[in-house]
Amino acid sequence: MTTTEQSPETTPPSDYGTHPGAAANHAFKWVSTGAGSLILITLAAVATFLLMEAWPAVSMPAAELGDAVSFIKPEDGQSLLEIVGYLVYGTILISVIALLLGTPVAIGIALFISHFAPRRLAQGLGYLIDLLAAVPSVVYGLWGVAVLVPFLQPFYQFLADYLGWIPIFAPPESGEVFTGRVALSAGIVLAIMIIPIISAVSREVFLQTPKLHEEAALAMGATRWEMIRMAVFPFGRSGMIGATMLGLGRALGETMAVLMIISPGLTFSPYILQPNQHNTIAAYIALQFPEANALGVNSLIAMGLALFVITLLVNMLARWVVSRRSEFSGAN
Amino acid sequence: MKAFTRSGVVLTAAALSLSLAACSASNEPAADDATASAAATSETAVELSGNLQAAGASSQESAMDAWRAGFQSLNADVTVGYDPVGSGGGIEQFLAGAVPFAGSDGLLEEAEYAAAVERCDGDAGAIHLPMYISPVAVIFNLEGVDSLNLDAETIANIFDGKITTWDDEAIASQNEGVELPSSNITVVFRSDSSGTSENFTDYLEQTSGGAWPYEATKEFSTAASQSVGADGTSAVVDTVTSTDGAIGYADASRAGDLGTVALKVGEEYVPFSPEAAANIIAASPLSDTANGENDLAYAIDRTTTDSTAYPLTLVSYHIVCQQYDDETERALVTAFEKYVASEEGQAAAAEAAGSAPLPADVSAHVESILDEIAAG
Repeated sequence: MTTTEQSPETTPPSDYGTHPGAAANHAFKWVSTGAGSLILITLAAVATFLLMEAWPAVSMPAAELGDAVSFIKPEDGQSLLEIVGYLVYGTILISVIALLLGTPVAIGIALFISHFAPRRLAQGLGYLIDLLAAVPSVVYGLWGVAVLVPFLQPFYQFLADYLGWIPIFAPPESGEVFTGRVALSAGIVLAIMIIPIISAVSREVFLQTPKLHEEAALAMGATRWEMIRMAVFPFGRSGMIGATMLGLGRALGETMAVLMIISPGLTFSPYILQPNQHNTIAAYIALQFPEANALGVNSLIAMGLALFVITLLVNMLARWVVSRRSEFSGAN
Repeated sequence: MKAFTRSGVVLTAAALSLSLAACSASNEPAADDATASAAATSETAVELSGNLQAAGASSQESAMDAWRAGFQSLNADVTVGYDPVGSGGGIEQFLAGAVPFAGSDGLLEEAEYAAAVERCDGDAGAIHLPMYISPVAVIFNLEGVDSLNLDAETIANIFDGKITTWDDEAIASQNEGVELPSSNITVVFRSDSSGTSENFTDYLEQTSGGAWPYEATKEFSTAASQSVGADGTSAVVDTVTSTDGAIGYADASRAGDLGTVALKVGEEYVPFSPEAAANIIAASPLSDTANGENDLAYAIDRTTTDSTAYPLTLVSYHIVCQQYDDETERALVTAFEKYVASEEGQAAAAEAAGSAPLPADVSAHVESILDEIAAG
């Protein structure tokens, strides 16, 4: 019993042809290869679909497209390309706010769970964070619009009153922050949404730090924080970057929460406390899709293509950063 | 043992799907027979059966739920479905032949009329039947004020940010005796593409005498700096409700306890009411793009001076073929549409969606048009 089960692990894979477990091994190989290639095929199919469906809108002269699609208004500086520009800017702006606010908190939580909290608390807390990651985005959206936005409004007024001289915190014309449905709110809700993902992954990475490294650092008289800086962070850097990129992926593509919270607009403005300035690609598509005609749908798919490209670029950038750092990480 | 149970499940599933397939297979011809014999005899008291799947404007969704339920309770063997994909999507599916009729807030464009001739049997193309009339209310949140009188020009200036405070002379002069605060006006609009926005901007464009500088469009835009966009009717109503000094527009059935504006029509101020909303149809001519006299595509005349009519009204249509190639389809569509246009159907929609029932003469006219729809 035990011998037959153990032997596939000990024999080199090249000999498995004659082994009793060979059929299963073979099947497993094909299943995993199939799963791997399915991802590639899906990706290629999505890219092809986006290109084909976007083409009628992309290839059409701007003025003609403007006549056919109600939300494209070249005469008001809102041609398809310009709208994509505004939306890419808005998407990145809001995602960056989310990352800036979310990442430090998420890393802090991960560190607390992996290195500071008593074991019992750490387990419970880790479980809780994993649960948070499973909350659907529409719930975050509802909560954001019903609870968080009204709660934040006085705080925004404070920001505008005292820090309004910094361009990004400039209040609306009247000096009164009359609504909390602004880019900063969307960023904050997205931050809350990505914290569980980033901290769950980072926590696992931090836990993998070789005990020997940590103990060596402590033995040399390092405080716990110094130990974390010397042993945990260098080891976990690529993992942290990977976790952040996962979070960014969720932030970039998030639709419902942004849709429900932000009062959208199309500008390149830096004013994150003013409504009607920003929107994200995903939320814009959701706003316009229900009433869009055929060419309108083509135009929206072109915007989806832009989002697809951004996501690919972000991921490639992350890969590149991780690979550049890998020599220091100790992960290899 | 486990393997046995599993294969047992598979067998049961296979048997089930077989029997289901058998069911549907035996159903289809039965439906044909029933309706075919029905058409051969009289139109009334016919046992209809089959499946009627439509798509279109989301504005009609709650009314459509009421119509589906009502029609299905009268015709137990008919299943009616409605996919609220939006007017554009509904027209697209209708023109592609995927659905037998579409719900739409807007009228077919010229190219779409032409495509409908291709889609429908014969050369008569498609027609509009007004089925859902719903007043749009201008709602506001001012403590202690339930109703305001405003003319279109003032409303346009408020929504475009040219009037920014509630105690502005233009508002005060039309509302003597109402205590208006000096607070700022927050304009709340639909951020999504919607027929409500289109009707509202169309009203402003037609009646404000140039005060509204934009065209009628599904995408509301404003120069007002103190403005908030919200996604969907519920979000607009919520935002107005939670913001002091806010003003917005929404389907009248959703106005709730919020203050509403009585619009100036002719020399009088008309608050919204189902009757006044329905009267706008009587006050409006047919569109000059209409496809013959059976095409009840109205060019809503919002500039009417008839003060029994409420001009800020959404009229939503069912777009049907004048001739269907399939008798079953024709029988189902006409029977359903007759129910929708009937007093009973309109009352059901009024209860479920707060819409305005069709005037009796329009309802009768729609029924006579439905009688003319042929099967090829």
